[in-house]
Amino acid sequence: MLSRLIVTLSGMLLVVLVNWYFFFSKRRSTSAQIRQTGIQEVKIMVKGGYDPDVIVVKKGIPVRLNFYRDETADCSDTIVFGDFNVRKPLPAFQTTSVEFTPEKEGEYVFTCGMGMLRGKLIVR
Amino acid sequence: MAKDPVCGMDVKEGEAAGTSIYRGKTYYFCAPGCKKKFDEHPEVYIKSDESEIEEDEEGESSAEESSEAETQKFQEQRLERIDLPIVGMSCASCASTIQRGLSGLKGVSKANVNFATSKATVLFEPQLVKPEDFISSVKKSGYEVGTASLEIPIQGMECASCVQAIEKALQRTNGVVRASVNLATGKAKVVYLPSETSFAELKKSIESTGYKVLEVSSKEEVEDVERIIREKEYKKLKIKFLVGAVLGLIIFLGSTRQWFPWVPALLSDYFVLWAIATPVQFWIGWQFYRGAWGSFKHRNADMNTLIAVGTSAAYLYSVAATLVPSFFEKGGIRPEVYFDTSALIIVLILLGKLLEARAKGQTSEAIKKLMGLQAKTARVIRNGKEQDIPVEEVLVGDFVLVRPGEKIPVDGVVEEGKSAVDESMITGESIPVKKEPGDEVIGVTINKTGSFKFKATKVGKDTALAQIIKLVQDAQGSKAPIQRLADVISGYFVPIVISIALATFVIWFNFGPSPVLTFALLNFVAVMIVACPCALGLATPTAVMVGTGKGAEKGILIKGGESLEMAHKLNTIVFDKTGTLTKGEPEVTDIITANSSSEEEVLKFTASAEKASEHPLGEAIIKRANERRLVLDEPKDFKAIEGQGIEATVDGKSVLVGNLKLMNERKIDVGDLKRQAEELAGEGKTPIYVSLNGKISGLIAVADTLKENSIQAVKRLKNLGLKVVMLTGDNQKTAEAIARKAGIDRVLSEVLPEDKVHEIKRLQSKGMKVAMVGDGINDAPALAQADVGIAIGSGTDVAMEASDITLIKGDLNGVVSAIGLSKKTIRVIKQNLFWAFFYNTLGIPIAAGVLYPVFGVLLNPIFASAAMAFSSVSVVSNSLRLRRAKL
Repeated sequence: MLSRLIVTLSGMLLVVLVNWYFFFSKRRSTSAQIRQTGIQEVKIMVKGGYDPDVIVVKKGIPVRLNFYRDETADCSDTIVFGDFNVRKPLPAFQTTSVEFTPEKEGEYVFTCGMGMLRGKLIVR
Repeated sequence: MAKDPVCGMDVKEGEAAGTSIYRGKTYYFCAPGCKKKFDEHPEVYIKSDESEIEEDEEGESSAEESSEAETQKFQEQRLERIDLPIVGMSCASCASTIQRGLSGLKGVSKANVNFATSKATVLFEPQLVKPEDFISSVKKSGYEVGTASLEIPIQGMECASCVQAIEKALQRTNGVVRASVNLATGKAKVVYLPSETSFAELKKSIESTGYKVLEVSSKEEVEDVERIIREKEYKKLKIKFLVGAVLGLIIFLGSTRQWFPWVPALLSDYFVLWAIATPVQFWIGWQFYRGAWGSFKHRNADMNTLIAVGTSAAYLYSVAATLVPSFFEKGGIRPEVYFDTSALIIVLILLGKLLEARAKGQTSEAIKKLMGLQAKTARVIRNGKEQDIPVEEVLVGDFVLVRPGEKIPVDGVVEEGKSAVDESMITGESIPVKKEPGDEVIGVTINKTGSFKFKATKVGKDTALAQIIKLVQDAQGSKAPIQRLADVISGYFVPIVISIALATFVIWFNFGPSPVLTFALLNFVAVMIVACPCALGLATPTAVMVGTGKGAEKGILIKGGESLEMAHKLNTIVFDKTGTLTKGEPEVTDIITANSSSEEEVLKFTASAEKASEHPLGEAIIKRANERRLVLDEPKDFKAIEGQGIEATVDGKSVLVGNLKLMNERKIDVGDLKRQAEELAGEGKTPIYVSLNGKISGLIAVADTLKENSIQAVKRLKNLGLKVVMLTGDNQKTAEAIARKAGIDRVLSEVLPEDKVHEIKRLQSKGMKVAMVGDGINDAPALAQADVGIAIGSGTDVAMEASDITLIKGDLNGVVSAIGLSKKTIRVIKQNLFWAFFYNTLGIPIAAGVLYPVFGVLLNPIFASAAMAFSSVSVVSNSLRLRRAKL
């Protein structure tokens, strides 16, 4: 009886924990640096996810995101910005730049080719 | 602020990446790399620093002391000379405009623009003015300077300072207009004058700063590197799979010895099984752990998470049962091991990944093929000499030579020579196209029969091929609205599956049959393993990639997933008439003779008279005469009669060509021809009377005729159940005559160009899904208004903004193919999505054991892994079927 209670409670606790961790925990965000060239740049490490994965950029200024893919796992082999019509292969151990100019404020999700790995671009 | 002695960059003392003390002085560095270099040989940097200053001082003092003549000489030496190739000069006065602009710049001592050589020569003081200023000055005058740009990959750049050093070196190089180095991509982008410098010289100046230039890698070569890495990875996976398969089989036999009594008893020992299962779990399955941990850190969860957690659960349980069986026995459970489960899951999923990787590589084959088409060199004529140069250095306006069998390097217009060109790689048209002076040629198409010389009109990113690649890439990056639901779900999928698996464990543990722990564990693992987020994520993008790629191969460029989805819902196709259904240029259709003149005589005299006219109808007549190889004479006393026709004397005969009004005014009896002329007019043709020496001698009818395949295309569209409508500015009679011929029964005639949009809107307001087919030039607004705008291209104009679909070839059958392709692609997407949803919504509950209470059915985790592996492979393979679709 006791073992059932323990299993039930820890199961429920785990479910809550899993959902909190993946959906509700707070993420660190990074603001893009505006370079002398007038482009806001961010370097993003791609390894099982995007680091940083929340990026804040300014509206109307060209954005250059430099993705460095530090793995060969094929989940991350493509980067997709659906809202900006960008789908680019990320060759392993190389930096691939994605450039566009966000014209509208809002939050835009970017993902890997299959939508498993995700990051967010916040335009202010 | 201090100066980094290695690279010369300004460094804030407080923010320096490192410091070193040398001869009692502190030096600050922008990056550890610079510090390292300095520490190794400080004397190199400090010495060169000081000697530079000394040199400068010497220079100044000697200048002061020298005589006036010497000063002038010195100044002249400081002047630099540059030759700029100018593009777009059409007259000598352009040259003086440019020259005035250049001479007016500060620091320019002399500017000379030569119209004949299309070159501007400028003597200037490099301290005061830069080549970039000349280019903007030329631009301001309304012309362009022919520059080329190159991306040069550089090895060993570590810090921002390296960037500056290389940029400076490049900017000092003669002929470089602009140079910028990007640390992130490790590349220098150089805009330069190919007439002044070359890649070899650029390379030399970069290497003078101590960095190495990697061999210029075109996109293709980057792709190659990627391919090599991919292949290596693939090979590694394959070895892992083969080893895993052998080990997995041994574990399987050992675990099921009751079925295979010939298996040695040793193999069913728990410790032996453990020993064999461990490399499978942690060597072969390592990538799942690595992937799972990587995404866990980023608060993401993916397929790796499911596999790592699922197999670890089975593995760890088995290890516990092996090590402390007494613990299980105390709880009344027989200590069983599931090493076969964990190992076989890993092996099967690896097999799935192998197959998937191979299939996924094929989805982007079409675009890789396009990229690989680019020619590498071009043979141009510069300074009267033939020379082979890299294709990146070809300028607009260059004359390029092409021999039989060679690839045409860039887009252009034929100047000299004749040939047939295989354009199939761009237009999908398999028959070689004849090329004569004045015809457009497309880069990367292959010259078949003769040699010719052409003038380059589009180079670099403006070429048709570059535009096509960009369009296809954009299309493949776009999302189809149909995918939205799948996208939303895949974002929540994995954590939810983990939650369901946990709940499954708890429920089986509390309410399941005994042994509860075994059932709970196996069902937990089965749920984790059977779930397949990949199928969901791959369903749409793979189909869109293969579909748009297939289209590009056939000369059909689709803007994106949205256009693709819209195109399959269409029920009405509106064709613009001129240039779309018809050839867009008038052509002689009938020649009727009178008063015993021959057809040839009528044609010859009319065409000769028309030689002096520039009327499009006249051109059509001359063209027909040329086709018949008639020898034309020079007309004398040519006179154009406004709104009526022309008159001239040819070979001693007075020729009068024009309408009925002209004939009536000159009192020429047209007799029976009048009735025939009216008949021709009724068919939408323009009749022209011809009289020789004051007597009527014939009638020539000219009309804009249907393209060869218009009739067939309309018929095929009707067979697809689509309504076909023709839109034209022509009068009703002409319009109906053409429409009848084309087989179109709905005609909207006398529509002004600006009203085309309203006609489309009207159709849409009746609930129709309308595609507008036009040439994209004067009907751009209508194309944009339509649900799907289809632009019919010609030659090199592929970048059509307003359209959703662009047909490179003028053939209207492309419209049918495009609609067919979109239907097929959407069908594949629907199949994929259905499969992915169906599979997961069915598979997960079965794995959780919902069928057990009634049917006693449970899903063995090993079968679950096989199903999951098969599921994602099947989705990709289904998309690949589109490659073989018949269009």
